[in-house]
Amino acid sequence: MPSTSPGDAPRSPGREPAVEVTGLVKRYGAKTAVDGLDLTVARGSVTAVLGPNGAGKTTTVEICEGYRRPDAGRVRVLGLDPVADAAALRPRIGVMLQSGGIYAGARAEEMLRHTATLHAHPLDVEPLIERLGLGSCGRTPYRRLSGGQQQRLALAMAVVGRPELVFLDEPTAGLDPQARRATWDLVRELRTDGVSVVLTTHFMDEAEQLADDVAIIDGGRVVTQGSPEELCKGGAENSLRFSGRPGLDVASLLKALPADSAAAELTAGTYRVQGRIDPQLLATVTSWCAQNGVMPDAIAVERHTLEDVFLELTGKELRA
Amino acid sequence: MTTATGTGTFTPRPGAAPLPRMIRAQAALETRMLLRNGEQLLLTVVIPTLLLVLFSTVRIIDTGAGEPVDFLAPGVLGLAVMSTAFTGQAIATGFERRYGVLKRLAVSPLPRWGLMTAKTCAVLVTEVLQIALLTVVALALGWSPHGNPLTVALLLVLGTAAFSGLGLLMAGTLKAEATLAAANLVFLLLLVGGGVIVPLAKFPAAAQQVLQFLPISALSDGLRTVLAHGAGLPWADLGILAVWAVLGLGAAAKFFRWE
Repeated sequence: MPSTSPGDAPRSPGREPAVEVTGLVKRYGAKTAVDGLDLTVARGSVTAVLGPNGAGKTTTVEICEGYRRPDAGRVRVLGLDPVADAAALRPRIGVMLQSGGIYAGARAEEMLRHTATLHAHPLDVEPLIERLGLGSCGRTPYRRLSGGQQQRLALAMAVVGRPELVFLDEPTAGLDPQARRATWDLVRELRTDGVSVVLTTHFMDEAEQLADDVAIIDGGRVVTQGSPEELCKGGAENSLRFSGRPGLDVASLLKALPADSAAAELTAGTYRVQGRIDPQLLATVTSWCAQNGVMPDAIAVERHTLEDVFLELTGKELRA
Repeated sequence: MTTATGTGTFTPRPGAAPLPRMIRAQAALETRMLLRNGEQLLLTVVIPTLLLVLFSTVRIIDTGAGEPVDFLAPGVLGLAVMSTAFTGQAIATGFERRYGVLKRLAVSPLPRWGLMTAKTCAVLVTEVLQIALLTVVALALGWSPHGNPLTVALLLVLGTAAFSGLGLLMAGTLKAEATLAAANLVFLLLLVGGGVIVPLAKFPAAAQQVLQFLPISALSDGLRTVLAHGAGLPWADLGILAVWAVLGLGAAAKFFRWE
């Protein structure tokens, strides 16, 4: 459930959503990159934007950051127009680009300190460097940092100015599991402290782990938006598996189940029920087992993952 | 439930630093980047110094009457300005654009004009260091400069504006690799054909008619008129530089692509 009431975001002045996009259209020549997109990001929430390559994720995020003008539609970020009110908006947002953005010859700590200097009330640089594991390479020039270290430095630069809203474009691409976890912890803490976060990602588990809200984009539109739980509940069917004596009369079970359900013996003694799996259905199945004198073993409710939902909605694999 | 598990470290408290502080910090960073880059130093310090020493002490080129250093020093000062404001700035900015540095800075609290001001400050600081070094070397070689220092400063500033415009135009429109190649090539061509170490009088008359309008020719000729002969304001050279500055900066402002 999206757990944001406006009171969740301490010290965030406005009550308007962090991001409000309606009917956004962006064309590049004959190609329509974004085609009537609607997206709302609640204050203090973490919103993951998922989509196959070329879906319009980065274009949308970059329009929110003020890099491009929309061809049609309305975009408000923290209540401001990202282009017309750019000067007022910039100090309030933090941006992590998909790659680069840092002088090749700048040292990691030097660059972070510099970014802090551009802000009025920045975070202390040293603790941030430590918690992102950049302590050992503080004097290393950017071009000689590993890919993961470069990513973490860019993340640190996005948050050091204590922004209200952070845009993270693929923040954990190329990170090892430990660094990935450190990034996740940081995103969670941002949320707890009332920072709104918009992140694009290719990783389903990242969206499931971090996001209050997931927006799946395909063909320049949001095809669905909701909490990971909501998305997995709706649309795709779930299934229930159990084991028992082989050769049970599945037809009699089917009669007891709601009309849109399916039931089958997959292998001898392994049964699967598909449909809307809720407590009522589970009770129906167990009472049918009782009537047949069967002790159902290894009952497992298989929930659809975000990956299934994604595949079903876009017909595409997330990672190209 | 505001900060049940959080420490409040990231609690939003946004704001831009005061503008002078941002520009000062950015200028300091840009200057460090310029001075830390080995290839840049070769171009901005080593080559002008070597040319000055070599051609002043070994008579390879006939620089006309008088001490060679009196001819060469003004030209090399012009070359120093070109190496930093044009070649160095074009290459550095080209790669900053390529690697998204300009893109990232565009969403920082520092406004674009603040960034350009900082870049100009970094160029001027580098030039001051170059000119101090080259002046000491030239004096050690027996240079006796004349003229009004303010006129010299005016020429250097106008030259910087002209070369900055052209360098930024190149950096903002070409690919970084193309800028790298072209900026070095132009440096070399202007070094030879712009009256820096080879007097323009050595070229055929028809070529002179064209070469004299190059920004480097106007700068080195202007500096030479003042520093070697103690002349007043060299209006023609100032005029040529002003035209280049207006054209270059105008075109850069219009055509510069930030990504």
